[in-house]
Amino acid sequence: MIEAHELTKTFSDKKRGVITAVDRVSFTCRPGQIYGLLGANGAGKTTTLRLLATLLKPTSGRATVAGFDVAQAPEAVRSHVGFLAASTALYGRLTAREMITYFGRLNGMTDAAIKARIKQLSAELDMDEFLDRRCDKFSTGMKQKTSIARTLIHDPAVMVFDEPTLGLDVMTARAIVKFVRDCRDRGKTVIYSTHIMSEVEKLCDTVGIIHGGRLVTEGTLPVLRARFGEQDMEEVFVKAVGGEAAVQAALKN
Amino acid sequence: MNFSNVVTVYLKELKDTLRDRRALMSMVIIPTIVMPALTFGVGKIAASVVLKARQEIPAVMVLGGEDSPGVMAGLRQDKKLRLVATATDWKEQISDKKLRAAVRIPAGFEKGLKAGAAEPVIIYNYDGELKSGFAVNELEKYFRGLRDQTVTDRLTERGLPATLVRPFETKRENVAAPEKVGGNLLGGIVPYIIIILCFTGAMYPAMDLTAGEKERGTMETLLCSPVARVDLVLGKFLMVLTGSLSAMILSLTSMTLSAAVAGMIFAAKTGPAQLAAAASQAQGAGGTMPMIDPMGLLGVVAMVLPVAVLFSALIFTVALFAKSYKEAQSYVAPMIFIVILPAVLGMLPGIDLNARLALVPILNLSLVCKEMLSGVWHWNYIGIIFGSSCIYAGIALALAVRMFNREDVIFRA
Repeated sequence: MIEAHELTKTFSDKKRGVITAVDRVSFTCRPGQIYGLLGANGAGKTTTLRLLATLLKPTSGRATVAGFDVAQAPEAVRSHVGFLAASTALYGRLTAREMITYFGRLNGMTDAAIKARIKQLSAELDMDEFLDRRCDKFSTGMKQKTSIARTLIHDPAVMVFDEPTLGLDVMTARAIVKFVRDCRDRGKTVIYSTHIMSEVEKLCDTVGIIHGGRLVTEGTLPVLRARFGEQDMEEVFVKAVGGEAAVQAALKN
Repeated sequence: MNFSNVVTVYLKELKDTLRDRRALMSMVIIPTIVMPALTFGVGKIAASVVLKARQEIPAVMVLGGEDSPGVMAGLRQDKKLRLVATATDWKEQISDKKLRAAVRIPAGFEKGLKAGAAEPVIIYNYDGELKSGFAVNELEKYFRGLRDQTVTDRLTERGLPATLVRPFETKRENVAAPEKVGGNLLGGIVPYIIIILCFTGAMYPAMDLTAGEKERGTMETLLCSPVARVDLVLGKFLMVLTGSLSAMILSLTSMTLSAAVAGMIFAAKTGPAQLAAAASQAQGAGGTMPMIDPMGLLGVVAMVLPVAVLFSALIFTVALFAKSYKEAQSYVAPMIFIVILPAVLGMLPGIDLNARLALVPILNLSLVCKEMLSGVWHWNYIGIIFGSSCIYAGIALALAVRMFNREDVIFRA
């Protein structure tokens, strides 16, 4: 369960002054559902997810993740969250097994529990072949699998995905999408950010469209289609953010 | 703070660093092999160049002196001078280093000497040139001898004792123990080398564990773990400190061992008589064979500990601010000059420890190490220096933790 209420994050930039990256965003994600955060680059997706994963502290507003407040108990939140982003890399000089074990230990697991969990994850993700090789020699697919195993080692109740398919080839991206669906089917709360419309249509139960730091609209896919009178998700998105001009202006910033 | 988390982070960083060839280079190979080789190599080359210069018999030209056969015969007999035929281009020859010096003996020198006083003897040399200097010394020695002999002859002629013009002599004797002489000679250079190695040993891991992780994207992964930020900082900091201390300890061990081995080889090659001769020659050059007091060395290592903490925490903090390894290098590399300057000041003779200097970081370490290595233990200064270094180190470490908690630093991109 994720509940965000009036979540706000501002940064101060020397050239541009105070920037509001996330502006009073409120939403709820329930267990067994995928909440899709759809937005252009710089719309505030990554900042929102980093606030939920307690990598950043909110300037104002509240959020609870798995029952813990992100500002009051960030460590407890992190121990119930699996965070996977295109920017979360692996330690190249460690083997996949060492990498996963390290994060198991950081999550306070015993070595026996880690060993059993790695065996299970490796079978599920088909990792046996490269489990004891160093990560720097991996293909992108192997890297993604290792990252997934890293986020799942402590079996978190909430999964946060920040554009996980960014820069991946089709097959690897498909495997990720399947994995995200598996997470939902196991009853986890999933939040997924992307700017790819087709992924939203394939995956998400509820979609929030974020633009300029604000959550401009929210609803299930049929609800959004009905609200904007468009069948195509891309058209829905453009209408929701206020037309072509608004998209252009946002990208220029 | 959770101690077991700190240990987990530390052990992972240790494993990661030991697999990194570049880190091993700066932490292990350079301090154990390159530093002693450089120190001893440069010392050996310098010593052999000076020895060669001393062994050369300088070429000297005599100008005039045809009517002073006694002086000419004396100069010809001097085995440490090689007289060459008189030529008109002697000035050019000196400039071209073909000739080390020339001496002009005025006309009627010996006659004048018999009568009472003679015109001055002029020695031409090339100022600042080592070998020309040796030739001048030799010439001056000869003429000094001639003058003394003349005085003695005149006194005897008149039936007066030699003590009339030389009523007493002065003599020099060394009372410092050999290790104290060594302390004074090496006391400056040993802390200097230790300070530099402490710094360079910490540099690589500090940059790799901060800016390097940001650049590779593993920092964000690490921040996703439920471990408190302070545990991450301490685990990483301990690794940086390990780098700093290992560089220092390895190089000290390696230098001590190679000095011992070099001493053994030296002793085996030369017999005891030659050894004594070499020692007395070294004494002439400025001291007895240098030896380091092991207690002093232990004291140095103890005093360096808080400074290693200070360096590790400071480099960590600065490197943390950088976005990439390259950027970190451009911030950290200039810091080495700030470190070298006080270390060099401490090496200079004449700067002695006082209450105010005892509070200046790095300089105080350099000065107190010099004292400890020459067997002087000023416990009140040692206390002040150790205490103040610990305080500085604590402040630097607190700063590192603070920086790690700042979003604009850790997510600077």
